[in-house]
Amino acid sequence: MLKYIIKRIIHILIALFLIVTATFFLMKAAPGNPFANERDFPPEIEANLNAKYGLDNPWYIQYKDYLINTLKFDFGESMKYKERSTNDIIAEGFPVSLALGLEAMLIAVGLGILFGIIAALYHNRFPDYIATTIAVLGISVPSFVLAGLMQYFISLKLGLFPVAGWNGFKYTVLPALAIALTHAGYIAKLVRSSMLEENHSEYVKLARAKGLGKWTIVFKHTLRNALMPVITYLGPLTAGVVTGSFIIEQIFAIPGLGRHFVQSITNRDYTVIMGTTVFYAIILMFAVLIVDILYTIIDPRIKLKGGGRK
Amino acid sequence: MKKKFWLLLAALLTLTLVLAACGGGNKDEGKKSSGKKEINLVIPSEPPSLHPGLATDTTSSAILDNVFEGLMTRKDGEIVNALAEDYTISDDQLTYTFKLRDAKWSNGDPVTAHDFEYAWKWVLNPENASEYASILYPIKNAEAYNKGEAKADDVGVKAEDDKTLVVTLDQPTPYFLELTAFKTYYPVNKNVAEKNPKWYTEAGEDYVTNGPFLLDSWNHNKDITLKKNPDYWDADNVALEKVNITMVESEQTATTMFDNGEIDFLGSPFQTVSLDAIDQYKKEGILNIEDYAAIYWYKFNTTDEILKNKNIRKALALAIDRQGLIDNVTKGEQKPALGMVPAAIKGFEKDRGYFKDNDVEEAKKALEQGMKELGISKPEDINIKISFNTSEAHSAIAQFIQENWRKNLGINATLDNSEWQVYLDKLSNLDYQVGRLGWIADYNDAYSFLEQFDSADNGNNDTGWENPEYTKLLREANKQTDEEKRLELLKQAEAIIMEEFPVAPIYYYTSLYVAKDHVKNMKPDNLGNIYLKYVEVE
Repeated sequence: MLKYIIKRIIHILIALFLIVTATFFLMKAAPGNPFANERDFPPEIEANLNAKYGLDNPWYIQYKDYLINTLKFDFGESMKYKERSTNDIIAEGFPVSLALGLEAMLIAVGLGILFGIIAALYHNRFPDYIATTIAVLGISVPSFVLAGLMQYFISLKLGLFPVAGWNGFKYTVLPALAIALTHAGYIAKLVRSSMLEENHSEYVKLARAKGLGKWTIVFKHTLRNALMPVITYLGPLTAGVVTGSFIIEQIFAIPGLGRHFVQSITNRDYTVIMGTTVFYAIILMFAVLIVDILYTIIDPRIKLKGGGRK
Repeated sequence: MKKKFWLLLAALLTLTLVLAACGGGNKDEGKKSSGKKEINLVIPSEPPSLHPGLATDTTSSAILDNVFEGLMTRKDGEIVNALAEDYTISDDQLTYTFKLRDAKWSNGDPVTAHDFEYAWKWVLNPENASEYASILYPIKNAEAYNKGEAKADDVGVKAEDDKTLVVTLDQPTPYFLELTAFKTYYPVNKNVAEKNPKWYTEAGEDYVTNGPFLLDSWNHNKDITLKKNPDYWDADNVALEKVNITMVESEQTATTMFDNGEIDFLGSPFQTVSLDAIDQYKKEGILNIEDYAAIYWYKFNTTDEILKNKNIRKALALAIDRQGLIDNVTKGEQKPALGMVPAAIKGFEKDRGYFKDNDVEEAKKALEQGMKELGISKPEDINIKISFNTSEAHSAIAQFIQENWRKNLGINATLDNSEWQVYLDKLSNLDYQVGRLGWIADYNDAYSFLEQFDSADNGNNDTGWENPEYTKLLREANKQTDEEKRLELLKQAEAIIMEEFPVAPIYYYTSLYVAKDHVKNMKPDNLGNIYLKYVEVE
C-alpha cells in the first residue's frame, strides 16, 4: 500500500512537470500580451513593465524561472491586478469555492443516490420514470440556464433567496443547487444501472429468498457494491467542483477561484494562469489518488499493488 | 412498499421547505437600507488597481473618484474648485498657481502641495510604469522624464510651500483645469506611500485618502464598502453615510438584483443596463438617457492596398445606415455619429454637416472614383475584412454594416473576430483592414478625440493616417489662448479628417441608467463619471 502511494506520488510529480511545461509553451505560443491596452502608452513604459515581470528575458530563462517558482509554490504577482500575488488570489478564492463545492457535492451525492435507488427499486414503473426524467433533465439543462431560471423564479418571484452575492448560508443555496443538479443526474443514472445489475446477482437473490425487506437489502447489501462507479466519478467531480465553476461564479457573483481560470487566460495574466493551472492539477491528481485508496476500503476484493508485479 | 416511497418523498419535501425557510428575511434587508443614508451598488469586476496613478479603467475610477479628490472636481459636468481654494493662471497660460484649502488626509495629516508634487512625479517616474502617465504630458518636461530623458527636478510641478502648488506647462492647454480633476492627477499621501509602497492593495490604516468617502472594507473579488469621511472639508454637503458595492460580473444578474430591490442604481460605471432590459425599463418609464462623451468608430488601415484610397474609405463611411443600426441592433438610444467629436463636448453640440447618414448616392460616386483610381473594374472584386474583438454586440454591428456595404455598394465583406488582448495587438501592428474601437473622453474637450491622429506614430492612431495640415491645425489650436478661435481651429481639423476618413464614425454613446425612486441626484456626467458626493437618499 505505502509503496503504491509513493509510486503514485512520483507519477504525480512527473505529470506536474509536464503540465507546467505544456502550460508555459502554450501560453507563450498564444498571441496577445498582458499589457495591451486600449489606450496606448510609450514603448519605454512597456519595456519597464516587461522588465518588472521578467518578460524581457529569453524564453529559456523565463521557463527556468517558472519551474523554480512552481517548486517554491510562489507564482509571483498578477499582471492585471496590481501588486496582488497569485498565491493571495488562490488563498482567497479557494476556500469560497471549496465551501460551495462541498455543499454542492453533498446535494449531488445525496439526491443522486436517492433518485438512483428509487429508480432501480421501482424499475420500469412510475417512480422510475419520474426519477429518470429528473435525472435526464438535470444532465441536459445547462447550469447557466438553470441558474437564470432559479434567480428569476425562486429569488425574484418567490423572494426566497437573494439573487446573488456571498454573505452567508442563504447565499449558497441557489448556486449549490445549480452546480449539484447536473452531477446529481449523472450519479442517479450510475446508481440506477449498477443497482439493477447487482439486483440480478446471486447474493441479492439469496437475501431476497431469506425474506429481507426491499430497503434492508438495499442498505445492507446492494448499495455498497452499486456505489463503486459513483466513487470513480467522485474523484474528478470533487476536483472540478471544489475549484469552482466559472459560469456559476459569474452568475451568482461568488468570489471563488473558478473565474480566475478563465479570466486569467483572456487577460493573458501569465502568472495567474500558471498558478491556477498547477493548483488545479494538484487537486485533481490527489483526488484521483484518494479515490483509488477509497476503493480498497469499500471493496476489499480490490488490492492496490506497489511497483514490482505488473 | 408503496408507503415507504411516499415517506421518502415527504422527507424530501420537508428538506426543501427547511432549506427554503433559511432564505427568509431577505426582502426585509432591502427595505432596511432605505431608512439609513445608505446605498447599494454593483460594479462589474474587481477593480484592477485602487492606486490613482496606476488605475486605467472605469471600474477603478468609480471607486477612486469617490475616495480621492484632486485640485478641481466636477459638478453637473462643470469644473469646480475642490482641494484648490483658488488658482491663478499667468497671461501666457503657461503657469498655474494653485492655493490649497485646509484639508486633511484620513489619517489626520494635512493635505499639502508636496503630496501633489510627489504623486505626479511618481506617476511620471518610468520605474513605476504607469500606463496613464501620458495624461500628465502637458506639464513641462513631463514627457521627457517619463521617457527617461530628463530628471525629476526638471518636471514643471513644484510645491512652493505647504499650501502653494506651481505648475508650468509646455504650451497653453486650455483644458488643463479639466485634467486636474482626473484620477491620475489625484494627490497621494507622501509619508504613507514612501513608508509602505504597497499601501494601495488593501483597505486599512495605510489606505489613506482625502475624498468625501473612506474605503471602509475591500474584500477582493467580492465587495467594497465606502463610508462617509467625517473630516472631509465639505462633509456637510455629503448626504450618504455608507455605500455598499458588490462585484457582480453578469449584467443579467445585476438586472435581476435591481428588479428585486437588492441594489438601488444600475448604469455605468456601476454595471450597465443590459440590452434585454432596455425595453422593459422604457415601458416602465424609469429608463434615463444622458449624453456621453464617447464614440464608437470603425478605424481604417490606411496602409492597406485598397483602403489607402480615400474615396473607397469615404464610400464605406457613407454607406452605413447608422440610424437603422441604432434602431435595430444596438437599441441603446445612441446617436448617429456624423463627426469625430460627440455632442456631449462643449462647442460641438450642433452637427457640423460633414456628411449625411446613409448617403448611398454620394457613397456610390466615391466608390466609382476610388475604383477608377485603383484600377478595379467591379465592386465585387473588393474584399474587406471587418475585425472586432469577440463579443456578441460587436459581431451584430459588424454583420449589419457588412450587409449595408453589400447592398449599397456591392462590396464583399468578411468578419474576423479575435480575443481582446490579441485584437489590440492586431490594431497597433496595423494587421487589419477595418476594425472597431470605442473612445471615451478623459476630459471634457474635443482635443481628447482629435489628438490621437496628430501623427501616424501616435500610439492611439492605429490607422497609419497623417496629414500635415491637420497636425498644424492641432498645434495652432494648442497655442491659441482665445477659446472661440481655438474651437474654430479644432473644427477645421475635424473637417479634414471627415474628408479623408481614416475612421468611419458610427455612433455617439449614451449613458443609460435606472435608479430606485428614493435615490436622488445620482446620474453620470457627460464623461460618464458618478460622484457619490452629490447623491441623496430619502
